[in-house]
Amino acid sequence: MIINHPILGPRDAAEFVYLGDAALINRPDGMTASVETFHDYLYLRDNPAGEHRELWYHEQGDRSWLVVTRNTVTHEITKVELARDVARAQGRSK
Amino acid sequence: MAEIKLKPLTALGHDLPVTEALGPWTLTERFDVALASLAPRRGRLDEVRAAAARAGIPMSAPARAELGATFGAFWMTPDMWMVEAPFATHEDIRPALLAVFGDAASITEQTDAWVRFDLAGPELERLMERLSNFDLAPAPEGAATRTVIEHMGCYLIKRSAQAITLYGPRSSARSLHHALTVAAASLA
Repeated sequence: MIINHPILGPRDAAEFVYLGDAALINRPDGMTASVETFHDYLYLRDNPAGEHRELWYHEQGDRSWLVVTRNTVTHEITKVELARDVARAQGRSK
Repeated sequence: MAEIKLKPLTALGHDLPVTEALGPWTLTERFDVALASLAPRRGRLDEVRAAAARAGIPMSAPARAELGATFGAFWMTPDMWMVEAPFATHEDIRPALLAVFGDAASITEQTDAWVRFDLAGPELERLMERLSNFDLAPAPEGAATRTVIEHMGCYLIKRSAQAITLYGPRSSARSLHHALTVAAASLA
């Protein structure tokens, strides 16, 4: 599998480490969110057969975090973004 | 108070840096380069670029390295570069860069964190393809990338068709040297 890094171009998937669902970016506020909200954030995952947004880490490269949109059935990758851009677009990063 | 006498040693533990032949290739340990990482603060990249241009510090494009008259630099990761300068004149590199960038960038001394090996010779890709998954042969001159060699995170810079620079973790200098030596011996 090849991941088309938005800055470095196509790189072998072996250079990357998989973290999981990109929804992990949306961590609830630890000071105000309820225990149930944190439980759901920590333990509940969708497991779609189809398009999935995932966090990948370029461990053997520039060590950037990526949000990869991948089809879990065909492994086709349709979109690769820098996770920081995604997070900032959601107002996650100050 | 006791007088402390320290003896400077190279990363491989010798008095002088190593130069040796590995088959058709030459390995040169370099200890004459000072290093510092340069990370522009959020929103101040343009300011940093302007200051760098005035000071003759190249801020290379992503995945590239560049050499200026005094300073060189290579790209490490989004919004971070490693700046190289001659050790003889820039041993204390951080204050020198602080004078250029002020508080527009985070500057971290890196000189003693790395061991540098320069490799020269024909068809270096024959050696490196045994060590790293970076495709050296088609890479353009000036390509710079982080890669993993025998589990060690290293920076690899293609200076020319017959010369590369490797920066590896200084505390693993002998392991990296061993990896290079073994790979070269297996090709002899």
